[in-house]
Amino acid sequence: MIAEAGLAALWLAGALALLQLVLTILALAQDRPELRAAIRPVAVVQGLLTALAMLALILVFARSDMSVLLVAENSHSMKPFLYKVAGAWGNHEGSMLLWVTILGIAGAAVAWFERRLDERTLIATLGAQAAIALGFFAFLLIASNPFARLDPPAAEGRGLNPLLQDPGLAFHPPTLYVGYVGLSVAFSFAVGALITRNVGPAFARAVRPWILGAWIFLTLGITAGSYWAYYELGWGGWWFWDPVENASLMPWLAATALLHSVSVLATRDGLRAWTVMLAVVAFSMSMIGTFLVRSGVLTSVHSFAVDPARGTFILVLLALYIGGALALFGARIGTVRAGNTFDPVSREAGLVVNNLLLSVILGIVLIGTLYPLVAQAFGVKLSVGKPFFDETVGPIALVLMAALAAGPLLRWRRDRLSALRDRMTVPIAVALLSVAGIAVFARGAGVLPTLGLGLAAGLAVASVAPLWRRALRRTPLFTYGMVLAHLGVAVSVAGMAAESAFTQEQLVAVHVGQPVDVGPFVVRLSGVRPTVGDNWSAIEGVLRVSPQDGGPDFTLRPQQRFFSAPPTVTSEAAIKTTLGGQLYTVLGEADGTGRRQLRLWWKPFVTLIWLGGGMIAAGGALSLIGRVRRERKAARREEEMGWA
Amino acid sequence: MKAKHQRLALAMLAVAAVIGAAVLALSALQDQAAFFYAPSDVKRDEIPVGRAVRLGGMVEKGSVVRQKDGVTVHFVVTDGKAEVPVRFTGVTPDLFREGSGVVAEGRFEPDGGFVADNLLAKHDERYMPPQMAGTMHKTGTLKQ
Repeated sequence: MIAEAGLAALWLAGALALLQLVLTILALAQDRPELRAAIRPVAVVQGLLTALAMLALILVFARSDMSVLLVAENSHSMKPFLYKVAGAWGNHEGSMLLWVTILGIAGAAVAWFERRLDERTLIATLGAQAAIALGFFAFLLIASNPFARLDPPAAEGRGLNPLLQDPGLAFHPPTLYVGYVGLSVAFSFAVGALITRNVGPAFARAVRPWILGAWIFLTLGITAGSYWAYYELGWGGWWFWDPVENASLMPWLAATALLHSVSVLATRDGLRAWTVMLAVVAFSMSMIGTFLVRSGVLTSVHSFAVDPARGTFILVLLALYIGGALALFGARIGTVRAGNTFDPVSREAGLVVNNLLLSVILGIVLIGTLYPLVAQAFGVKLSVGKPFFDETVGPIALVLMAALAAGPLLRWRRDRLSALRDRMTVPIAVALLSVAGIAVFARGAGVLPTLGLGLAAGLAVASVAPLWRRALRRTPLFTYGMVLAHLGVAVSVAGMAAESAFTQEQLVAVHVGQPVDVGPFVVRLSGVRPTVGDNWSAIEGVLRVSPQDGGPDFTLRPQQRFFSAPPTVTSEAAIKTTLGGQLYTVLGEADGTGRRQLRLWWKPFVTLIWLGGGMIAAGGALSLIGRVRRERKAARREEEMGWA
Repeated sequence: MKAKHQRLALAMLAVAAVIGAAVLALSALQDQAAFFYAPSDVKRDEIPVGRAVRLGGMVEKGSVVRQKDGVTVHFVVTDGKAEVPVRFTGVTPDLFREGSGVVAEGRFEPDGGFVADNLLAKHDERYMPPQMAGTMHKTGTLKQ
């Protein structure tokens, strides 16, 4: 019954999305207030119904209802409760339902909360949102029904992929999806503004919180995903340029560019066409990401084996939405009035440079990700990996960091180059001193990491510079947000550079008691023993670790876990985090002569990578709170003045 | 500067940036794209010694030999038509088994052997890299 109720809710929600689209078209074509009034409630109810469908799916998973095909294929009655619930979105159908649910809730939130935008533009926005939702409802109901029954019911489920059985991963997809779907709202706003020819500062101020929100979640999702891959996959890497990682990075790059250009539009009424274009591009990137991950066209640890019909379906949706939006853009952009101009040396120009560099990186990542697909179409099998991306993206990212340091130190509209030079003196000096220091005291760190560390130091100084000589208590919250986010970039880059320059690795086969030096530690295998968990058994290596500086000993227990449903072995790395970095240990095979393989890494300052990611997201959150507060205050003041 | 001129300048900058990105990416792709080979492709094509490539196939039964240092393993990758000896130093992935699928990333040596920097093993019974499934299909060794 629960499954049928969920399916019914999904059909109803789909029908409401269709209704919403039709109502929008009618309301825009004829000036009838009663039609306009109906659209908001329809959007809200549609959101509630999709949430209900998702809830139904979570319920059948929580109850291990093996008469539902999806549950039987992806769950197991012996699984810990958290993973039963998370299993609801740890598969193709469920994750697409989650996508639609977040889309529906976001649409409902726009309908409910958005009061500042003029009514026609808001209605057009909700219409665009309905059109997106409609495509995904069709996809779910026609190609991937999550509530399909299995008759007769299975006695037991096939289980969830053990690699996905991790608290980090249980919450990772929802976080990313909120980001993807948040960009769909930005897209709908852009389409709405194009339809009613209302691209201007008011549009920018209305759409900015949505972009910020999506961007915060994307940042968190990418950071968490990177840390998950780092500790769960057992290979000690934090970024692999896997197509699925790129699928989340590309919308993030576009959203970062959009976030900065929408500021120019909101504050200075410039970059109108460019901002709308970026909104279209950003959502296109999340659609392409969804297509890459969900169609199974690319080799990845994350892709669930999916039949090509679904890939084709998503590809058609992709072409419809992006093509439609671009056509609308082409038809209407001529009528968008040119915004304000600015000097070649100004905050606006700095943001343009930021946007161009981000776009170049985005272009390279996109080409590198799609190239194997294109080559495959011509019968050539190849893969594009880490060396390509490191070589191309690395240098541009360093230039971007320099722009990031200079940008906030520029004044809006017009500035003098000599003034910028004066303000940059200290950061540049710090950067040069750091590079010199590393070159002298840590030889062989490599050119790129040395430059990275130097730039990170300079950027750290430059990012707090906007607070210099300001009345700190009267400085708006979003300025603090910007400072924190930019500082987070410096911290993150410092971590990446330190990790790639100073990591030490030991790959050895050892007898019990044999000491191995790695970084500031001596590691001894003191024994290997069996252990069990909720739904796995494991071989556990007991590692006794002594710091060489004479600190207290501690024990690490890396494991090889055996899961029976489905039959799989996973490595569980054991990690010790200290102030200076992380000791990362992996237990390998026995070699048949009484020795065990151990893989040990000492990774100095590696934690800064994710700390920086957290700071970037927190900076975004501060900005969001600051912006929303200021908008509220402005709205209240207008009401008091009797304008509203 | 007039608004119209500024618009034009910005548009040209954007186009230049995109073209620059494309040129940079495509030139780097010439050097860095790893090609994918099945063992029988290796016999047929000229072996690109020293170039980063991927080799995909099955780990031949009985071919896995662990070396004395305890961390190096020798094995043979086959697609049913041809065999390539592979050397790998490191912890083998969790699903690395004889008779099971594997993708080895690395380079060929002048003697026709393959040195792997990285091994990708089959993920679970339902997962197979499409590249691998494709190769298997072509050479007819994929048994369902």
